[in-house]
Amino acid sequence: MRQVVGLVLLLILVSLLLWGVLVMRDFGYPPSDMDDYMIEHAQQETGSNNVVAGVLLDYRGLDTLGEVTVLFTAVTGVLLLFRTLKRREENC
Amino acid sequence: MLSRIVRTVSNQLIVFVLIFGLYLIMHGHDSPGGGFQGGAVVASGVAMLLVAFGSGEIIQWLHVRRLTVVACIGALVFIAIAFAGTGTTFFYNFLLGTPIFGGVPPPGPGHGHVWSGGIIPLMEIAIGFIVMAGLSAVVLAMARFSGGKEIEE
Repeated sequence: MRQVVGLVLLLILVSLLLWGVLVMRDFGYPPSDMDDYMIEHAQQETGSNNVVAGVLLDYRGLDTLGEVTVLFTAVTGVLLLFRTLKRREENC
Repeated sequence: MLSRIVRTVSNQLIVFVLIFGLYLIMHGHDSPGGGFQGGAVVASGVAMLLVAFGSGEIIQWLHVRRLTVVACIGALVFIAIAFAGTGTTFFYNFLLGTPIFGGVPPPGPGHGHVWSGGIIPLMEIAIGFIVMAGLSAVVLAMARFSGGKEIEE
């Protein structure tokens, strides 16, 4: 019974993923003015040869600030957790 | 602490891992790479040392507290560079055209040069400090404080 339910769930999941792949739009479609503009002008405007770095740190700098905040919060949380564990061990 | 072979190999390999990670951080603005990727490479080198030598030996020269200080300095430098361009906009590339990192590469495909990009290389270095110190501190704290047994051979 359990295996049958698992198989049905697996088939549903696989069909959903296949549907997502089949109806996916082609690469770069629909065309937008923004990516053409970035490919044309990013090197001149940001001065960096790596357009990905130029977009991440110049055009979308605020987004990278969010990424760094997430990473910093994760590090802070892990260190706080392990510090609490260490203190509890010392008390015992 | 693992066997002598593993310790010797990781002792030689850490130099190249660190150089590759710092190269990725330094050249993030003119070749594939960047602060996140290079910092992750450096932190993986620290994890390799941790597995090979055990946390008791690493903790003598790599302290979690100092690593967190380095990560905080990186975050402060990042936000300070972001605020430094506030005269125009937040995250404005105010160093472009100045003698410091002011070069602009020729348009189209081709190799750039390191001395370009304005604030982008500085921000990559700041992000690299955050990521390599932060992830190293996480790995070190997990190995040190989790209370599990070390791998012995």
